[in-house]
Amino acid sequence: MSALVWAGVVLIGGAGSVARFLVDGLVSSAAGRDFPFGTLAVNISGAVILGVLTGLALSSNGALLAGTAAVGSYTTFSTWMLESQRMAEERQYRKVIANVAVSLVLGVAAAWLGRLIGTSL
Amino acid sequence: MAESSADLTAPHPSGVAAGGAAAGASRPPGRPRFARPRADRREIAAIFAGGAIGTLLRAALAEAFPHPATAWPWPTFAVNIVAAFLLGYFVTRLQERLPLSAYRRPLLGTGLCGGLSTFSTMQVEILKMISAGEWGLAAGYTAASIAAGYAAIHLATALVRRVRVRR
Repeated sequence: MSALVWAGVVLIGGAGSVARFLVDGLVSSAAGRDFPFGTLAVNISGAVILGVLTGLALSSNGALLAGTAAVGSYTTFSTWMLESQRMAEERQYRKVIANVAVSLVLGVAAAWLGRLIGTSL
Repeated sequence: MAESSADLTAPHPSGVAAGGAAAGASRPPGRPRFARPRADRREIAAIFAGGAIGTLLRAALAEAFPHPATAWPWPTFAVNIVAAFLLGYFVTRLQERLPLSAYRRPLLGTGLCGGLSTFSTMQVEILKMISAGEWGLAAGYTAASIAAGYAAIHLATALVRRVRVRR
């Protein structure tokens, strides 16, 4: 594992985080902020892409850069949990359950679909 | 808590909200209405820097502790729970304690915690467990991640708020 690859991880990780911020902002301003659609959109789209990458069976460096660094930093677990916890504080329990359940069901389905696409490419 | 949960997804309240209002007043005629307020370059740079560090930590852990698809994904589990705790701590502290800062939230929250944690890797790990017929492992990993992640946010938030009560 060369230093160049790790430099790539750092740069791509930064870029993936910026991409998450921008997509989240775009989706949130379009769909409204009553429900965390921005995070949902980021996480589901990321799950599809990582599924595709998984199906492609990349080299270890390729998987590290494209999967772990790019898509891994683009998606977020912590914000998903924070938004769920804050909605629970406001007693919006249906939204909490919807946020957790929809993210999980769509997330696994998205990863499955992506892998299907990746293996057939 | 007076602040709406929806604000959590919003860009940092200070600079961008003000900038958005200003941009709305002087929006160039050709610009589409739905364009989001311009994020300033330093905010983007803060997210980039935090995300770079978070991603490096997560990737290093993932490379150091590889695991088969049917084993508990400790690296992902650990970074997700730690990132959830840190995000709960940072966000609560920044929103309810410290004076408004335009760059701490992007650097520490959106960048560091967002880069450190990952949703997509977790979903692919769950998918691989299911594909291997390990339904119990998949259910356990999913439930434990959500329970521990949620508890981490709750605990960090409570810790920050307790400090104020004692003062």
